[in-house]
Amino acid sequence: MSEALAGLHRPYRVASIRLENAATRTLVLDRSLAADPGQFVMAWLPDVGEKPFSLAGADPVCLTVAAVGPFSRALHTLAVGDRIWLRGPLGRGFAPPSPAGHALLVGGGYGVAPLRFLAERLLAAGWHVSAIVGARRAADLLLVEALAALGVRLWLTTEDGSVGLRGLATDAFDAALTAAPEARTTVFACGPVGMLAAVAALCRTRGLPVQLAWEAHMRCAVGLCGSCEVGAGWLTCLDGPVFPCDPTVALPMG
Amino acid sequence: MHDRTKAPLACDFLHLRLRSPLVLASGIIGTSPTLLARAARSGAGMVTAKSCGPTPRAGHPNPVALDWGGGLINAIGLTNPGAEHEAALLAEAKRLLEPLGVPLVASIFAGTVAEFGQVAAVVAQAQPDLIEVNISCPNVGDEFGTPFAGLPESAAAVTDAVRRALASLPQPPPVSVKLAPNVPDIARIARAVAEAGADAITAVNTMPGMVIDAEAARPVLANRVGGISGPALKPVALRAVYEIAQAVDLPIIGTGGVLTGVDAAEMLMAGATVVGVGSAVWYRGVEAFAQINAELQQFMAAQGYGSVAELRGLALPPAARERRCAHV
Ligand SMILES: Cc1cc2nc3c(=O)[nH]c(=O)nc-3n(C[C@H](O)[C@H](O)[C@H](O)COP(=O)(O)OP(=O)(O)OC[C@H]3O[C@@H](n4cnc5c(N)ncnc54)[C@H](O)[C@@H]3O)c2cc1C
Ligand SMILES: Cc1cc2nc3c(=O)[nH]c(=O)nc-3n(C[C@H](O)[C@H](O)[C@H](O)COP(=O)(O)O)c2cc1C
Repeated sequence: MSEALAGLHRPYRVASIRLENAATRTLVLDRSLAADPGQFVMAWLPDVGEKPFSLAGADPVCLTVAAVGPFSRALHTLAVGDRIWLRGPLGRGFAPPSPAGHALLVGGGYGVAPLRFLAERLLAAGWHVSAIVGARRAADLLLVEALAALGVRLWLTTEDGSVGLRGLATDAFDAALTAAPEARTTVFACGPVGMLAAVAALCRTRGLPVQLAWEAHMRCAVGLCGSCEVGAGWLTCLDGPVFPCDPTVALPMG
Repeated sequence: MHDRTKAPLACDFLHLRLRSPLVLASGIIGTSPTLLARAARSGAGMVTAKSCGPTPRAGHPNPVALDWGGGLINAIGLTNPGAEHEAALLAEAKRLLEPLGVPLVASIFAGTVAEFGQVAAVVAQAQPDLIEVNISCPNVGDEFGTPFAGLPESAAAVTDAVRRALASLPQPPPVSVKLAPNVPDIARIARAVAEAGADAITAVNTMPGMVIDAEAARPVLANRVGGISGPALKPVALRAVYEIAQAVDLPIIGTGGVLTGVDAAEMLMAGATVVGVGSAVWYRGVEAFAQINAELQQFMAAQGYGSVAELRGLALPPAARERRCAHV
């Protein structure tokens, strides 16, 4: 029965709110969900709308939301005790291979949100975890303290050079790999599509396995409407959002 | 006999030879040539594109669909790029499908009888193997009034307009008219479109419904009402196909709630010539076609059926069964 109900929205209440930076806050909800990092939920506010959000935590459920438009701003108006409806978890999340090795996480913008959740899971499974966190300016960096507190080795990049390396997240790639505590590195990335494509290209030339959390315009989120197609026939909601390579250039259909 | 055991799922539909009786239903991943090709590669014997109308439509805002437990409900709102652009997509889809040996069905809708003819003429430029006329979408009622599938007269008028619009073409594609389940007497509608010149019938579209979230005290879909598909629709679809199969001698694309090979067998037994598959893509992934093919083949082998044709109409009353076997 719970299986059959997986597609219905269920109401949660906001248990607490963490301010992450000027434009981003994390809604900590009142219950948990069995889910993998990289999976997403469709968040519904009646009379407002419904949009996809990565799980930034599952126990309890957390959503890290950047206020960039009408729906995300509506999520920012929620107060402790208010309700939010979620359907999910949906899609395929990150799937760390075994045995555990070195994980290099690459996050840009609010893409860092699921990476903290992923770091917690990886560390619990015995992985060494490093992370590159990139943003436009120092003020836009996200979850840096949270990742540091977990014991993740951090590289920061900002486009204006206000903190860390001046440049893009990919510019710290080789430094992070060189400092890796062991040779077997798997790269996990989440962020803007341009960043993901660049990470995929770097991993291809260096022969590293990679898992990329992709984004697309999502409507039905049950694999039927076709609006989240990426590349040659991939459905971000069903086949992704985590892909084992850049779905726009690779993954030819068998 | 030898051929049959090698390819027991191969079957005929109108002038087409299909490698499987499974047909990708309209509106399910049929939005691009690459997705249509993916369904074909997964094992669909024929694929139907998303319905297109005269001009581009964005569709309804979210939520547009969800799995409510007994099936799906959707109100996508006929999102489409308009007939001109769709014709280009269909031409590209045909190019991808040809090497796979999988025929392409174009699907059209419109707001007026005359517009149906115009849209048909535009998509016909892409030379689809069949044009499906969607007179039964439940999700755009506010704009277009009662779906054309509601009355024999309007269903026949649309069929006639499409036939006329295609008649001047050197090789007009055959036309299937897609019926709604929510009518008092679907056999009457089927007879009306048959008399108006339909070559086939697709049955059924989704059943109008609503899902309310009690805590929110709101319908969940932004459009409030939507169309029910998946498991909840199967008994409704079986009955509709059963009625149509006795009313007309046209081939039927039996559609609604087919998730497994045995479901597909039941649809054929109700009188379907081939079997539409839509919501199964949510329940089983795009690989659903391969799985349903394998299960159908397994069922046929276990029960001693040598071909898809042998299953057709088996659940009909004896007289109708014989007539159906002779004709379709
Ligand atoms: C699988 C998936 C996971 C997602 N996870 C998250 C998440 O964890 N946190 C989150 O905040 N959002 C996430 N999103 C994005 C989210 O679904 C919405 O698109 C976003 O909240 C904007 O919606 P809106 O209605 O507020 O603004 P819109 O009107 O849709 O967008 C306003 C403008 O901002 C741009 N934009 C959209 N998203 C962003 C962004 N994050 N940063 C900068 N500009 C943006 C749009 O292109 C547009 O120009 C995810 C999307 C997908 C597909
Ligand atoms: C998300 C979705 C979109 C649909 N869009 C269309 C459409 O554009 N045109 C159409 O004729 N039918 C459309 N349908 C109806 C299906 O083609 C099919 O008739 C119905 O879903 C029943 O089959 P199923 O139970 O196998 O899904 C849609 C159904 C769904 C679930």
